[in-house]
Amino acid sequence: MLGLIDYAIFSLCIVGIYGLLSLALNIQWGMTGLFNIGIGAFFAIGGYTSGILTSPETTAHVGGFGMPIPVGLLAAMVLSAAIGLLVGLVTLNLRADYLAIATIGIAEIIRLILQNEGWLTGGVRGMANIPRPFEQITGGQFEWAFLVMLIVIIGVVFLALEAARTSAWGRVLRAVRENEPTALASGKDATRFRLEAFVVGCAIMGLAGALYAHLFSFISPEAFEPMLATFLVWVMLIAGGSGNNKGALLGALVIWAIWSGTQILTGYLPAELATRAGALRIILIGVLLIVLLVTRPEGMLSEESDRRRDRRREEREDLKD
Amino acid sequence: MIDFLQLTIYGIVLGSIISLGAVGLSLIYGILRFPHFAHGDLFTLGAYMAFVVVVFFNVPVLVALPFGVALTALVAVAIDQTVYRRLRKVKPVILLIASVGIALILRSVIQLVWGSGNRVYEAGIQMPHLWMGLRIQNDHLIIVGGTILLVIALHLFLQKTKVGKAMRAMSDNSDLAQVTGIDVNRIIIWTWIIGGGLAAVAGIFLAMDTRLHPVMGWRLLLPVFAAAILGGIGRPYGAIAGGIIIGLVQEYSTPFLSPAYKPAIAFALMILVLIVRPTGIFVGRKV
Repeated sequence: MLGLIDYAIFSLCIVGIYGLLSLALNIQWGMTGLFNIGIGAFFAIGGYTSGILTSPETTAHVGGFGMPIPVGLLAAMVLSAAIGLLVGLVTLNLRADYLAIATIGIAEIIRLILQNEGWLTGGVRGMANIPRPFEQITGGQFEWAFLVMLIVIIGVVFLALEAARTSAWGRVLRAVRENEPTALASGKDATRFRLEAFVVGCAIMGLAGALYAHLFSFISPEAFEPMLATFLVWVMLIAGGSGNNKGALLGALVIWAIWSGTQILTGYLPAELATRAGALRIILIGVLLIVLLVTRPEGMLSEESDRRRDRRREEREDLKD
Repeated sequence: MIDFLQLTIYGIVLGSIISLGAVGLSLIYGILRFPHFAHGDLFTLGAYMAFVVVVFFNVPVLVALPFGVALTALVAVAIDQTVYRRLRKVKPVILLIASVGIALILRSVIQLVWGSGNRVYEAGIQMPHLWMGLRIQNDHLIIVGGTILLVIALHLFLQKTKVGKAMRAMSDNSDLAQVTGIDVNRIIIWTWIIGGGLAAVAGIFLAMDTRLHPVMGWRLLLPVFAAAILGGIGRPYGAIAGGIIIGLVQEYSTPFLSPAYKPAIAFALMILVLIVRPTGIFVGRKV
C-alpha cells in the first residue's frame, strides 16, 4: 500500500514537471503563437546545467561543483533563456515557420552534443549522483517534500502567467498573434514582444529540466528522449486548451494519465511484441493529437472561455465605478 | 587535393539525396503554405516500402524502386486527403503541428513493423572503382545519375505540362491561380504525388548509400529544410542547388569537425542565410 502511495507521489511529481513545460509552451504558442519544437532541447539544457553545477566532484564529466540546488535551478533558467534569446534574435522577425525549423535545429544540435561530448555531459553513460533536495532532512523519503516544492513553484509560475495574460503585456502578445499589422500600427514592437514571450518560456522549460534532473538524480540522452518529451507537451497543451493556463495544467494531467495508461495496456501484449510496445504507444498518442486537431482544436478548456470570464469581470468592475 | 576531390564526390552524392527531398518540400511549402515536418519520415517510408519488395520478390533494389515510390506517393496522398485536407481552412501552423504528429506516427509504425534495428537491401561490401586515385562506388553513380534524370523529368513536367504550369502558378500566387479556374484539390494531389515520390527515391538512395533505420529520414530533415530555405522557399530549382551546396559543405566539414556534427553545419548555414538573405539565394517566397 505504501509502495502505491509512493508511486502516486512520484507520478504526481512527473505530472508537475510536464505541467511546467505545458505552461511554458502556453506562453510561447498559446499566447503568442510561437512554434517551438525544441522543448526537449531547453529541457535538456536546464537538466544538464543544474546537474553539472550541483553534483559532487567527479571525473566522469566537467564540473561536479557541488553547488546548492537553488543555484543550479537559477543557472538552468538563465542558460536556457540565453540560448532562447539567441535563437529568437535570429528567427523571430521572420515567418513563424522559420522559428519552428530553427528550434528543430537546436534540438538536433543539443542531442548531438549530449551524445558526443562526453567530457561535458558524460555522453551516452549520462550524468549520475545529481543531488536530491531535502534528502537529508527527510531521511531518503524526499518525494513528499519535492512534491510540495513543485506545487509551490507551479503555483508561482501559474499566478505569474495568469497576471501576465490579463495584463496589457498579455493583450499585446495576443494582438501580435492574431493580427500583427494592427499591433504594429498601434506602435507595438512585435518582434520584441515575441522575443520576451519566447525567452520567458525557454527559462521555464530550463527550470523544468533542472527539476527533472534533481527528481531522478540521473540524466542521460536516452532518459530525455527529447522528441518524445516535446511531442507529449504539445499534445498536452492542445488537449488542455492552448491559450488557457488552467487548460495547460489539466492537459498535462490528463495526457500523462493516458500515456501511463497505454503503458499498462501494452503490458498485456505478448512478450515478443513487448519490445515494440513503445512505438505502439506513440502511435496512439499521435492519433489522439490528429483527432483533437480535427475535432476539437480549442481543447478541453478553451482560451475563449477564459476571455469571456475576464470580460464579464471587467464589465462588473466598470458598473461599480 | 585528392582528399578534397573525394569529399566532393561524397558531397555530390549526399547533395543529390538532399536535393530530391528539398524539391518536394519546397513544392509542398510553396503550394500548401506549410513546412511539412513529416517529409523526412516519407523518406524512411519509401526506403522500407522498397525493402518489402526486395525481400518478398527477391529482386534488386532498382527494380523495387518504382514500387516503393508508387506506394509512398499513395500514402502521402492518403494522409493529405484524410488529415491535412480537413485542416486547410484553419491557420497553416495547425497543419505544421499535424505534420509533426504524422511524422511520429509514420516512424512508430515503421518501428512497430520492422523493429528499430539496422537493415540493408543486400548484404556484403561493394568494391569501389578506383579512378585516378578516387574511390567511386556503383551506387554513387546510380544515385547521382538517377537524380539528374529525375531533375530533368521534373523540369519538363513543370515547364511543359498543364498540371506542372498550374503548380507553378499556385506556388507563385494562389489566389490568382484559383481565379483562372485551376482545380485546387487536383493540383494539391499532384503535389503530394511528386513530393512523396521524390522523397521515396531520396530515402531509397539514402538506404543504398547507408542503411535502413526508422529515424534515417528524420535525421536528414534538418539538412533538407536548410536546402529548401537556401534555395528560396517555393523554388524547385533553388532547392536542387541548395541541396548540392548543403551536401558539399557537410562533407567538406568532416576533416575539421567530427562527422557526427554534419547536421549542425547544415543548420549553421541555414541560420546564416536566414540572417543575411532570408529569401534564399534564388529569391523565393517573401518572409
